[in-house]
Amino acid sequence: MVDSLRAESAIFGRLSMQQSRIVITGLGLTSPNGNTIEEYRKNLLDGVAGVQLMDVRYMGEQPAGVCDFDTKKYQTRKELRVGTRAASIGIYCAREAVADSGIDFEAFDKSRIGVYVGTTEHGNVETENEVYNISKFDYDTKFWTHHHNPRTVANNPAGEITINMGITGPHYTIGAACAAGNAGLIQAVQMLRLGEVDLALAGGVSESIQTFGIFAGFKSQGALGTHEDVSKASRPFDKSRNGIVVSEGGAIYTLERLEDAQARGAKILAEIIGYRINSDASDYVLPNPERQAECMRAALANAGIEASEVDIVNTHATSTPQGDIQEIKAIAEVFGDCPTTYVNNTKSFIGHAMGAAGALELAGNLPSFEDNIIHPTINVDELDPECALPNLVINEPRKVDAVKVILNNSFGMLGINSALILRKFEG
Amino acid sequence: MTEDEVKQIVIDIINEIAPDEDTSDLKGEVSLRDQMDLDSMDFLDIVMELRKQHGIEVPEADYPELASLDSCANYLTPKFNAK
Repeated sequence: MVDSLRAESAIFGRLSMQQSRIVITGLGLTSPNGNTIEEYRKNLLDGVAGVQLMDVRYMGEQPAGVCDFDTKKYQTRKELRVGTRAASIGIYCAREAVADSGIDFEAFDKSRIGVYVGTTEHGNVETENEVYNISKFDYDTKFWTHHHNPRTVANNPAGEITINMGITGPHYTIGAACAAGNAGLIQAVQMLRLGEVDLALAGGVSESIQTFGIFAGFKSQGALGTHEDVSKASRPFDKSRNGIVVSEGGAIYTLERLEDAQARGAKILAEIIGYRINSDASDYVLPNPERQAECMRAALANAGIEASEVDIVNTHATSTPQGDIQEIKAIAEVFGDCPTTYVNNTKSFIGHAMGAAGALELAGNLPSFEDNIIHPTINVDELDPECALPNLVINEPRKVDAVKVILNNSFGMLGINSALILRKFEG
Repeated sequence: MTEDEVKQIVIDIINEIAPDEDTSDLKGEVSLRDQMDLDSMDFLDIVMELRKQHGIEVPEADYPELASLDSCANYLTPKFNAK
């Protein structure tokens, strides 16, 4: 009898968790234009881009977003030598997020923490480095490093976080092309609601500037961004845009069930109220505005709100000639009748941070809940008429009465679309 | 090449692969693992760097010979001098 009551109570506990509201309580990031949210936000409001020229193996100097966070803040030099850049970014962001959350991490049950890190790709950097290394030894594979496999397993960026922080709960990466940052956060929401974990460290990371293959691939595709003024190389919606600027970076959040966050008196940065991931099922690289619009609508339905309640749509637009037009088309379809919904873009400042993009771009917009300012999309010298939405915030920030809801788009190759909706937490 | 020179080569490699360790006062006869935070992957790194930088092969059966600086010198010096 007691056992059956206990089992019943456990079932009810899990069922009630499934209805739990999920909130963000901490944030750590590194971006090409800032290593803290304060620095990053200031640069987004001041119009300061973070793109520079970087030497890419076999290709020479290319525009890229490069981060300069203090790698030794949380890792020894040996850990940095053995591990990967993606993991190093992840560790920095995860540690900063935990510090920001105010959680008593030492006392927290580490088996109840989940680590869910979005990545566009992983292993290209490490594999290219080793192929280059053995090319110096006549391709003799006995010079191939024994570190190769632990560096290139797909869970590496999440796994190194658990080793560094002593976390014994679940960890894995979410491979979701450039929708991965949003996908990491969505995974965290789901696992918290399932009661699998009590604290999630989730978001996305990118080390992609270290692989020439990504640059060369975009170049062969005719989608690598350039400009004589490197800070303007990433210019979504500008008529002269000519492609993507590849960036590294990361953003990791702490997420908790609202009741847990409130019980410890946490500062609540935002509530995740809705999301959707869907698939184009149409092409390897070409976006599909119809499916993108469906994705946004489904996220709105999941959140239980109307399109007109959204204050900011942060676009995925990557500065490619076709992709930007397609997304604007999708947004116009969903938000065409929403005079107070503004549209912006963060890649114009930091380039395309790949697996980190969704999470990092969202981070740049979260402070809008406090300051009611919408950061602009910059580098628009001549707006492409095909991208000319009336509420596109161009070149200068826009102050509004209130920002209460943000919709964050992130799309990726193979036709993966994601939309994540956050609301300002007001109790 | 002298045994001291070989020891210095090994210390230089350790400085590369375990840059956080203090190698200024290593005791020759004491196991390296007892004096530093080195794991099995680090020893594989030492083997790899001997191969890459000096063309010296250490077969797996001989890995225990790399236990201390003295044993490294005993084992490796003839190999360096045979090159």
